[in-house]
Amino acid sequence: MLKGYLEKLGRSAGEFVDTAGLISLMLFQTVVLAFTPPVKFRNIFKQMEFVGVQSLFVVILTGAFTGMVLALQSFNALKRFGAESLVGPTVALSMARELGPVLAGLMVTGRAGSAMATELGTMRVTEQIDAMVTMAVNPVKYLVVPRVIAGVLMFPLLAIITDFVGVVGGYLVGVKLLGINSGVYIGRTIDFVQIDDIFAGLYKATVFGLITALVACFNGFYASGGAEGVGKAATSSVVMASVMILVSDYLMSSFMV
Amino acid sequence: MGMIKISGLKKAFGRKQVLDGVNLEIEKGKITVILGRSGEGKSVLLKHIIGLLRPDEGRILLDGQEISSMSERDFNEVRKRFGMLFQGAALFDSMTVGGNVGFPLKEHTDLADADIMKVVSEKLKRVGLVGVEDMMPSELSGGMKKRVGLARAIVMDPEIVLFDEPTTGLDPIMSDSIADLVLDTQRSLKTTYILITHDIPFTYKIADKIAMLHEGRIIEQGTIDEMKKNQNPVVRQFLEGRAEGPIKVY
Repeated sequence: MLKGYLEKLGRSAGEFVDTAGLISLMLFQTVVLAFTPPVKFRNIFKQMEFVGVQSLFVVILTGAFTGMVLALQSFNALKRFGAESLVGPTVALSMARELGPVLAGLMVTGRAGSAMATELGTMRVTEQIDAMVTMAVNPVKYLVVPRVIAGVLMFPLLAIITDFVGVVGGYLVGVKLLGINSGVYIGRTIDFVQIDDIFAGLYKATVFGLITALVACFNGFYASGGAEGVGKAATSSVVMASVMILVSDYLMSSFMV
Repeated sequence: MGMIKISGLKKAFGRKQVLDGVNLEIEKGKITVILGRSGEGKSVLLKHIIGLLRPDEGRILLDGQEISSMSERDFNEVRKRFGMLFQGAALFDSMTVGGNVGFPLKEHTDLADADIMKVVSEKLKRVGLVGVEDMMPSELSGGMKKRVGLARAIVMDPEIVLFDEPTTGLDPIMSDSIADLVLDTQRSLKTTYILITHDIPFTYKIADKIAMLHEGRIIEQGTIDEMKKNQNPVVRQFLEGRAEGPIKVY
């Protein structure tokens, strides 16, 4: 029994190292190929549209409700100390430093990451990726590079939109619903929030974009086993990217404080 | 002397030895058909020729130059001499038919879009398709997909074209029309064609040379007449399509 357990442990450790190695290799290839001409702007713009523009609705919805609920909860908490005027900065700081990038990242991973993994996975199991190779076209350059560039460029933009919508949502709840003075709300927010706070969130979002696109492409690219394999690729890309977003968020926060 | 010379090719996946010392010469300008049962490693052999897989042992020479150990970058230059038709046609389903057929031209030439479309229409006409450029692959029947796949495989006028089971999943009439197409496109340009299949009537119609892959090796090869007279019981059983014989049915 112990032997079986150890074998299993060894196998999963082996798989983990395999995966880590393949992802690192893909990242390396992607970076090198991204700077190797010719640059396929059309493919990049197409992916930016898919990752960015088509995620707007999800991200706005997420930002608005997060900002609103934050205002509501922090108002209840801060009221006990008579510090209702700090609702504005609380919402803005939480959104800019953490919730904007993380929630936008998680939502877009669910939306765009799973779609990327499914698309590439289908291309793999129907031999479209092999076909590309036989036509002397590098599939990493053609398929992975535009998606990773789109992730890295669009995630910060989506995060900043989430931040903004969240702050507006917080304002509406704090001022219109809970009756905090509008001037106080805005003034305190401006007093407390530094430009560095916003940038801290944007750096994170850039990393989340890289994680989501790379993990999705990796899972799709190495999918196998027909429709079931494609489904698995989509699921594991979302799970893997989400976990990596949360862990890397903590690590980056601990460095940036 | 063959254009492609495969010697001692071995490939294993895990513990399964799929290719176990394949020796085969492919002649220039001829149609070579590799026969074998499903799961015998025919596709694996084909994928080695175009570098989708690399051998564990053995070599593949193209015009005397070893290609099996080439770097991916060098192999890409070699691949421009090849075209390949995949079993399911492997058309890019995010692109139109015209986009698919024109894809290699767009990637590897400086032709303007209008010129590309001209070549695309011409190649599509060669495979018997007119006015389908703007259709999506999902709108095509199985036979049409294969035709579009063939048009894409020959769009760069390659010297060698590989076919992975071109008639699988097609009705007999469509299979026969694919055979005509194979002959028609091959004869006019004297291209080297390598096909893998287990379709015997199709093979008899088109082959200049037949090679039989069994248990990871080429066990017999020859012209159609030579193979028809071949007394090897494995070959006999396969060509006659019998369940009883030395080849075990699992």
